[in-house]
Amino acid sequence: MIEASLTTNSSATPSPFSEFITGARDTIPLVVGAIPFGLIFGTLALGSGLSFGGTMAMSAFVFAGSAQFIALGLVGVGTSWPLIVLTTFVVNLRHILYSATLAPHVSHLSRRWQIPLAFWLTDETFVVVANRYAQAINSPQTHWYYLGSAVLMYANWQLCTFLGLTIGQLLPNAATWGLDFAMPVTFIGMVIPYLKNRPMITSVIVSGIVALVAYPVPHQMGLMIAALAGIVTGVVVEYWQPSKESNNRTTL
Amino acid sequence: MNEIYLIAGMTLVTFSIRYSMFAIAGRIEFPKRLVNALRYVPPAVLTAIIVPAVLIPSGDEIHLSYTNPYLVGALIALGVGWFSKNLLLTIIIGMLAFWGWQYIIAF
Repeated sequence: MIEASLTTNSSATPSPFSEFITGARDTIPLVVGAIPFGLIFGTLALGSGLSFGGTMAMSAFVFAGSAQFIALGLVGVGTSWPLIVLTTFVVNLRHILYSATLAPHVSHLSRRWQIPLAFWLTDETFVVVANRYAQAINSPQTHWYYLGSAVLMYANWQLCTFLGLTIGQLLPNAATWGLDFAMPVTFIGMVIPYLKNRPMITSVIVSGIVALVAYPVPHQMGLMIAALAGIVTGVVVEYWQPSKESNNRTTL
Repeated sequence: MNEIYLIAGMTLVTFSIRYSMFAIAGRIEFPKRLVNALRYVPPAVLTAIIVPAVLIPSGDEIHLSYTNPYLVGALIALGVGWFSKNLLLTIIIGMLAFWGWQYIIAF
């Protein structure tokens, strides 16, 4: 990332192509992290009840790792599709924040640019691109950087889904190998970075306890109840904890 | 389960969310309380999935015991992730712990 900044800080305006390549290059570490995730998704998909084509289509059209995993888990237990779509909505709500953060930087672009860039807005690309804009490298070509990051993430996700699907097929009785543990273990790894303060930790504990208690609730609604309980708990704990900065309770 | 409806619905909601703020770029201010609350969504949702998957692996009753390899694997993954902050390592060690523990308790 440092090397990339040095290169593009030179006086000459970077070409669209060099921005595209730099964006892709800066995304490589996050791609490495996404590879097992994609492979596991592809491997688990058939066992959860999705078809081969449906799995590829989900990766191609939805392109949202955690939502796809959650959908897989819900398909596996026979949840109705409207509820899975609703869960996807809740799980992906965080993208509103990403969208809001990047919006000022893409407002000058045509719809032809905005639509694909929005479609490809993942957690990983968001982090890389927001960092680029924050570096105050005011290149008029930064949308090419965004595109480079997005295309690499997308290509990797499709490839890993496909490899997971095909390798998963080759493994005899993959379901009895305990690959169903891969999903919770991946989620554990994803939750840990959030556990930085008391409101977050309390939120997660309450969500977990409510998820157990509400587990028998039909249609996987226990998940929604638990998530909402966790969110409300986090907000309330944050509101009531002594503020370190001042007396006001501004949360941002 | 209708796969086509499922994928079309997921595509629509996901894209709508991602595009929403691009569409109204710079013309609206987000309520701070909502922005703040949304930060809790990913860990809360993920945890609500993890905990039953680990503690109710059979799908009918809570299995809170050292003979539950899901629980043992999850605790080890939690420890590895907490100290290493490395997603890849967390997944690999967690899976190995899960398999190892399954093997050990089979004796």
